[in-house]
Amino acid sequence: MSREKILAAVAKNKPTSTPLPQIQNFGNQYADLAEQFRSVLTTIGGEVVRVKDWEEIRAYIQTHFVGFRIITTIGELSDMAQNSWLQSDPHSLNNVGLAVLQGQFAVAENGSMWVTEAEMGQRAAPFIAESLALVVKISEIVPKMHDAYARIGSADYGFGAFIAGPSKTADIEQSLVLGAHGPKSMVAFLID
Amino acid sequence: MTINHATAAEKFNKDFDRTTWHDETLWWVRQKRDRAAFSIPEWEKLRDTASQIKHNVLSNLDTYLVEFEKNAQKNGITVHWAADAHEHNEIILSILKKQGVTQIVKSKSMLTEECHLNPYLAENGVEVVDTDLGERIVQLADEPPSHIVLPCIHWKKEEIGVLFHKHLGTPEGCADPTLLTHAARENLREKFLTRRVAITGVNFAVAETGEFVVCTNEGNADMGAHLADVHIACMGIEKIIPQRVHLGVFLRLLARSATGQPITTYSSHFAKPRAGQEMHIVLVDNGRTTQLGREEFRNSLKCIRCGACMNTCPVYRRSGGHSYHNAVAGPIGSILAPNLDMTKNADLPFASTLCGSCSNVCPVKINIHEQLYEWRQVLTKSGHSPTAKTLGMKAMAAVLSNPSVYRLSGKMGRLALANVPFVVNNSLNPWYKQREMPEPPKESFGEWYKKNRG
Repeated sequence: MSREKILAAVAKNKPTSTPLPQIQNFGNQYADLAEQFRSVLTTIGGEVVRVKDWEEIRAYIQTHFVGFRIITTIGELSDMAQNSWLQSDPHSLNNVGLAVLQGQFAVAENGSMWVTEAEMGQRAAPFIAESLALVVKISEIVPKMHDAYARIGSADYGFGAFIAGPSKTADIEQSLVLGAHGPKSMVAFLID
Repeated sequence: MTINHATAAEKFNKDFDRTTWHDETLWWVRQKRDRAAFSIPEWEKLRDTASQIKHNVLSNLDTYLVEFEKNAQKNGITVHWAADAHEHNEIILSILKKQGVTQIVKSKSMLTEECHLNPYLAENGVEVVDTDLGERIVQLADEPPSHIVLPCIHWKKEEIGVLFHKHLGTPEGCADPTLLTHAARENLREKFLTRRVAITGVNFAVAETGEFVVCTNEGNADMGAHLADVHIACMGIEKIIPQRVHLGVFLRLLARSATGQPITTYSSHFAKPRAGQEMHIVLVDNGRTTQLGREEFRNSLKCIRCGACMNTCPVYRRSGGHSYHNAVAGPIGSILAPNLDMTKNADLPFASTLCGSCSNVCPVKINIHEQLYEWRQVLTKSGHSPTAKTLGMKAMAAVLSNPSVYRLSGKMGRLALANVPFVVNNSLNPWYKQREMPEPPKESFGEWYKKNRG
């Protein structure tokens, strides 16, 4: 059986064991985490909007996404979006204009936000929607990926993703195009 | 018979402007990588750490593989083991047959390129649609990717416009990257919505948790996997890392080294199949355990497939990925390829100036240029080196080992260069290409010494 063959070959050919290195944290070089996050995410095609409360998010969505099918898993926004979609076939999300989801936390060094299946409602949601909005508390921005994995720890999830900006490609002559397959735009709401 | 690198490179270089354009485009990517790396004060420490983690992986790979298998199974993932490319392909076909599926979507996986999965499935009546834009372009053109991260870096937008006009019905003469990308988006959206099986590659698989991570900018791996009833992920056994916390190190290095981005748009962690979904993972050896046993070359298994060594390589930039006739091109491909087939790939370790730039940018600190040099020794000793080089070396050895022959041939060389230069200054002498032959000295050092000090 191939399994045994492969394991035996590895056992025979592997070098002498060397220890795992200590994973350092490398500290925080950023004076203002929110500003660092904003600066990186806007460079890679995302948009960052600082808001005081849910009312401001509501107002933003009402201005920018009129007439779109909006889905959310966030209780505070349940009146303006659908929540009947959670049990439906993911293919039926193809016409979603905007998905508004909560991010657990954000990472300053690279403009990404950690979202798991629990916040996504359905795994396809943040990818299939025409636009994606992620809401993260401003107090939940960590400096670097080491801090991110310290936060995640041994959390049990079926699926989770760091999402940094809209879907994009530069496969044609290195010209950046937003909206390769997933969202054509992405906004991060940093809420106080 | 594949054409060797030098011949293919010569063909590539016939179009001077295009070669320059290719060279400059990749150098631009290399510069973006530099800017990203220099913005991280601990960059060098990260490279060291990554290299040490990978060394620990190689030295405990069997333990980690078993741990990964156990945890992945606990998560509800079916784990398969494939000794070689053929078994990998058979496993995938058997899953498709069981599902009764003849059309699938696939996101980027260099392993499936290495295993020639697409032609195998095509022969067995399965249509594969590559969903990464660059891969889709080369697939429509019936070509392999020329770069592991930038599959169609050798294509100009006007040519893509012609290709898309033919296959996707975009307006004739349209070469606008945004319009072309969005045409592909619409066409591929329909595939995502109708295909029931999706194949993805794997960037990292975590032994401790049984999860695997797939990084894309386009979101095509996610579109495929989350809409399909069955997700098959294919990985080389060296993609294992011990703990989740190690992802923090590798995800900081990967995209910055590849394209200069701070992170890919999506770093997706697949731990369990979604409700009602089937998830498979295929662990593939295909020569990796052999490479693990080659002390000088085992570090090549640390590779995280960022492509930085290609973007920086002066030979790759001016010869193009296809001249390497291997799924993984460039410097790293040239140390992986001879392990797969020494006879077929004997030319590749010679496709380098040994300048060392590849080793300098490698995020996991593989000593790439030293391994290229090592492969030359191994290939020559085992009789695999290119014929012209072997003959030349043999002649040189004969001359250098016999003092009177040495003296005579030196004299003849000087006479020839001085009196009949066309004997050496012709296209039959590879050293004359792009070079002037030197002015011959009037006498050798030996003759001078005899006259003045003897």
